[in-house]
Amino acid sequence: MPSSDELKRRIETAIPNSIVNVEDLTGGGDHFRAEVVSDRFAGLSRIQQHKLVYDVFGAEVGGPIHALSIKTSIPSGGAT
Amino acid sequence: MTNTEIREFIENAIAENPVMLFMKGTPEQPACGFSARTAACLNALGTRYAALDILPDQRIREELSGLSGWPTIPQLFVDGELVGGCDIVTEMYESGELAELVGAEQPEQAEDAAARSEAPVGNGKVPLENRLD
Repeated sequence: MPSSDELKRRIETAIPNSIVNVEDLTGGGDHFRAEVVSDRFAGLSRIQQHKLVYDVFGAEVGGPIHALSIKTSIPSGGAT
Repeated sequence: MTNTEIREFIENAIAENPVMLFMKGTPEQPACGFSARTAACLNALGTRYAALDILPDQRIREELSGLSGWPTIPQLFVDGELVGGCDIVTEMYESGELAELVGAEQPEQAEDAAARSEAPVGNGKVPLENRLD
């Protein structure tokens, strides 16, 4: 069963320089919310930003990870 | 129905309906909180949309996700393009972008409406076409 920490680590590994916060919404290890801040999202549409995060987990989303709610943003201080 | 026929059905639904929602359950009886909230955003805008319940055959979901590259349900398409799932639709509803995209008036107190997790039932404001009929 995936944990919030595992999801956080995997997103941070896959999207370099990202700041990630993952919350287990139900405590059951299958409904998560991820907030991801990264300058990697600059110039991408919301769909493309969210797909980058979904792509970290591939077919696990919809499987062991029943639901992954995503909020993406770009650092307000600009690219660093 | 073969998988190919299901895929063609989905492609046609996206092509023929300017605002097309794939969801779990129906706008009147959503079967999942994420689908309910997404339908509620469209209902609040009073925009005309088609909705398809993906639950009756799991191949609908498989073919849809294969087509869109998006792993979760709901999925909203506007003018043939994937707009997103519950998170994106809710954000765009609150910011007014969704109203602009579908050519609807942004209701007052948009955030209150979007925060409701249940679709309004039986208010008669939402003409609905269900292409599975």
